Amino acid sequence: MSHDHDHDNELDPFAARVRALETILTEKGLIDPAAIDVIVDTYETKIGPRNGAKVVAKAWVDLEFAAWLKRDATAAIASLSYTGRQGEHMQAVFNSEATHNLVVCTLCSCYPWSVLGLPPVWYKAPPYRSRAVIDPRGVLEEFGLTLPAATKIRVWDSTAELRYLVVPMRPEGTEGWSEERLAELVTRDAMIGTGLAKEPA
Amino acid sequence: MSRHEAAAGLPAGIDEPVFTEPWQAEAFAMTVALHDKGLFSWGEWADALATEVNRPGAASDGHDYYEHWLAALEKLLSAKGVAGKGDVDALAAAWERAAHATPHGKPILLENDPRSTEGRSGPTNGRGGAGA
Repeated sequence: MSHDHDHDNELDPFAARVRALETILTEKGLIDPAAIDVIVDTYETKIGPRNGAKVVAKAWVDLEFAAWLKRDATAAIASLSYTGRQGEHMQAVFNSEATHNLVVCTLCSCYPWSVLGLPPVWYKAPPYRSRAVIDPRGVLEEFGLTLPAATKIRVWDSTAELRYLVVPMRPEGTEGWSEERLAELVTRDAMIGTGLAKEPA
Repeated sequence: MSRHEAAAGLPAGIDEPVFTEPWQAEAFAMTVALHDKGLFSWGEWADALATEVNRPGAASDGHDYYEHWLAALEKLLSAKGVAGKGDVDALAAAWERAAHATPHGKPILLENDPRSTEGRSGPTNGRGGAGA
């Protein structure tokens, strides 16, 4: 892609095609450029893994909420106002000593946007998408996560209709912590399953 | 946010920005807006995107993900009769000419295309933009 800006303006071919689509769609009344800016701003700054971290932290301290999340994650998450634009269904999968959960989208890049924002590059790239199912333990080791041999790894393949949120195990030594403090321990990777919640410092 | 070592064999960049160039954000946002308008379902979108990202030659580091995204959007819009490839090619070429004709530091406007008087409703002039 060209980034040669030394003489005059230049649009690379992709940027030019996006502008062409915007022009056509705006003229047809299918999009409003101001609304496009709002969507970009929302996904760049407002929606991100902090949303999911609050869901997990609440599940850690509120057993009733945890049960609801297990039973009907779509409704439990919506009760915190994190509703998916896509109207997709959510399922929360809970890690335990016996089972570790890992989320992938082998087909393309389906991801729980409403609670995690947009997916990281590696989630969308072919190696993760193909290998997470074939060799989940090996993939986790490459992320620096070695699980006990006795821990089963369950891989969940996302679709456009159903997306998954991993609820990692609550770290030890966090008794009595507030939800806000606990949420700080919940990383994006922990909610995809390529990591664990951080240990208290 | 986690910051462990980049995994060998898996792409690096654990905490990279969501979009690396503005057009990627715009292509993403247009897709969300068109879905909200009811132009397609997320199932249709996932099928279109999957077709593109699973083509042979997709980069293993995922850097071309939004190029596939854009191709999927263009094909879906073409299939829906909203924006044909010829129209997009011609208009993209006009935008590229407009950019070249715009002095550095000034906003790029489609009116700056030196050939804009030729009109945009005519047939594709064969100078279609690359890509897709």
